[in-house]
Amino acid sequence: MNILWLQASGCGGCTMSALCAEDPDFLDTLAGAGLAFLWHPALSLASGAEVLALLKSIECGETALDILAIEGAVARGPRGTGRFQMLSGTGRAMLDWVQALAPMAAHVVAVGSCAAYGGVTSAGGNPSDAVGLACEGAHPGGVLSASFRARAGLPVINIAGCPTHPGWVTETLMLLAAGRLGAEDLDPLGRPLFYAQHLVHHGCPKNEYYEYKASAVVLSDLGCMMEHLGCVGTQAVGDCNIRPWNGEGSCTRGGYPCIACTAPEFEEPRHPFTETPKVAGIPVGLPADMPKAWFMALASLSKAATPERIAKNATASRIEVLPTIRKPKDRR
Amino acid sequence: MSDAPRLVVGPFNRVEGDLEVQLEIAAGQVASARVNAPLFRGFERMLEGRDPRDALTLTPRICGICSISQSTAAAQALAAVAGAGPTPQGAAMAALIHAVENVSDHLFHFTLFFMPDFTRPCYSGRPWYLHAVERFAAMTGAAGRGAVEARARLMHILGLMAGKWPHTLAIQPGGVTRTPGPRDKLRIETGLRQFRRYLEAELFGGRLEDFVALATPEALAGWGRGDVGLFLEIAADTGLADLGRGTGRYLSFGAYSLAGAHGFAPGLWRAGARAPVDPGAIVEDLSHAWMLGPGAHPYEGITEPDQTMRAEAYSWCKAPRLGGETVEVGALARQVVDGHPLARSLAGGGVLARVAARLLEIARTQILMERWAAEIRPEAAFMAAVELPKDGRGAGLAEAARGALGHWIRIEGGRIAAYQIIAPTTWNFSPRDAAGQPGPLEAALVGAPVGPGDESPVSVQHIVRSFDPCMVCTVH
Repeated sequence: MNILWLQASGCGGCTMSALCAEDPDFLDTLAGAGLAFLWHPALSLASGAEVLALLKSIECGETALDILAIEGAVARGPRGTGRFQMLSGTGRAMLDWVQALAPMAAHVVAVGSCAAYGGVTSAGGNPSDAVGLACEGAHPGGVLSASFRARAGLPVINIAGCPTHPGWVTETLMLLAAGRLGAEDLDPLGRPLFYAQHLVHHGCPKNEYYEYKASAVVLSDLGCMMEHLGCVGTQAVGDCNIRPWNGEGSCTRGGYPCIACTAPEFEEPRHPFTETPKVAGIPVGLPADMPKAWFMALASLSKAATPERIAKNATASRIEVLPTIRKPKDRR
Repeated sequence: MSDAPRLVVGPFNRVEGDLEVQLEIAAGQVASARVNAPLFRGFERMLEGRDPRDALTLTPRICGICSISQSTAAAQALAAVAGAGPTPQGAAMAALIHAVENVSDHLFHFTLFFMPDFTRPCYSGRPWYLHAVERFAAMTGAAGRGAVEARARLMHILGLMAGKWPHTLAIQPGGVTRTPGPRDKLRIETGLRQFRRYLEAELFGGRLEDFVALATPEALAGWGRGDVGLFLEIAADTGLADLGRGTGRYLSFGAYSLAGAHGFAPGLWRAGARAPVDPGAIVEDLSHAWMLGPGAHPYEGITEPDQTMRAEAYSWCKAPRLGGETVEVGALARQVVDGHPLARSLAGGGVLARVAARLLEIARTQILMERWAAEIRPEAAFMAAVELPKDGRGAGLAEAARGALGHWIRIEGGRIAAYQIIAPTTWNFSPRDAAGQPGPLEAALVGAPVGPGDESPVSVQHIVRSFDPCMVCTVH
């Protein structure tokens, strides 16, 4: 399958992250699955007039396009013209190009939370009136209509994340190439289930602190960051702690909170990113699948039962109290 | 513009972000150039009214390639407001994290963005052509593939210490969020050894210390090994030394702010001498940018897009000037200001000077990273408490791979009242100012040869990419 990759209104970080793929690297992984770029802005030799000719050939149906991958939100401003992002050298807004090319593609893939939902590009007052391909935040309908289906029949596939994990991108593209990604493999927000069926909480090394509500108070403390430091890993989808980033990393492993970058509107949490909003001292955002009263009962019980080791380490920057070593049972 | 033949070059790829170059051609060369950043997002406006700490989450997302540079500038700006800063070991770890990003960016620029242009068919008759294709053909060349793999491995240091790359929250005003243990120190040192092996075997074809010891353009030209040697052979054959020469005015805010010192020193290089930088002399001119309001220092500046996109303007990029003058920023600027003899001997140069300075900086930064890794003291404090006041202002002045990066923040009532950013490419790719003075790239393009009927002149490609532009930072 061929891929046309365009960078709309974003930071380019999803491409930069994809190039962190390993064993094998990004290019080998795609090539091995029969995927090749018609053009990628960071990687292809072709520039200027050659690219314009390619885009026109796709637009008029002369070159069949298998996968259109868009990275970045699409600017609609000023005043609906899209002129906040012109595709350079073409005299046309990216908005116009995306709307012209999407119906020509067998599959349309939104790479990153900006392309999926608007993301950080639409933060604050959304100065450029940016929006996702098929969603405006969590609401269906972006620069493409909510009912948009690519030629092969799927809606826009939202590889949400800020940035995307290299595996999320390569595996989505490989599943498409293998004909093994259907509508049933996407969650209600269009995200591939293979990573969106997990929570960032799964495999978080701070799980024991979470179990006892032994909380970090400042960034660099070892404890759970849910109670004070804004961590929403118990609600955010992603397999970040199951298959880590850049070797052995993840946000929570790095000592800072999950901000649910795979979710629509994560850019506007309505509180400081690294501070948990509370009502009467109780965190507002509790795990989504649990009755609040149960959570509160369990939390107060586990807090009361917190071993000294966990309580002390939670507010330290390195392990201060070691696990107790039990002597082996006498074998005789 | 005049009646001279005009060329619009774009989409301009293998640069980070969106770039369009308009050229007037006369007598087979570029007579004048206008550089357009055709994207506006408005990060400065998004930050207004938010908790100041949110800048640490949002500003890295300005750019997926200079993400940690943005973190660094934001953290330093907040620290400046608080009148406090990181612990010495926290500052050193932040520097190490930042340096990993910077060498990665330099490596990608050379192997993936800059060198593939020499595999264009227009060079097929040159003696080095087949070698260039083997090493640097886009997406298939051996050098590019090797660089992708080496960078991914080097970035394990970021997985370990910064959680992930890009877009980390690990760098804070008081230090770093993760405290390394003895094992982490060893993993970092091991990763750096592996990266050195790659650099010495493939990129340089020799010891980094030997390359760093080169002091003259002649010694550089005689290096003759590795991909660096191939580049130097091509540079000599195609006249890259004189292509796209700069003004010789260079600005560096100083890279890697450590306790009482910088990894690479700050300064202004002007008329062949180094002087201190006066950040108070910076003014952003808006005469040719689609921005409203008067030109101003970033503490007073505003970002109000001109939705009419008035005809006399042509870019979303503002035009920063230092004491009324343009300055060039980047690896060449940093190395000239820091006083490296090779860089000093290349000052005022063109494509060759910019690319050679970047290679020099890869070697020097690797040596710095190894030193910082050896000096990690796992028992030390890596984070200090930094309390932000309800009101105040401060600046964070750092060096991204592509040059000087400044954040200026004003806090009122515990909220961001104003936030202004000047990114490296804002300096290098700025449009004209009210006096008609072109930006550094616009000036460097004048005189570039253009063949008859050539729609995407390769000389222009070389000059533009020699600056390693980051357009997404430019137009934050």
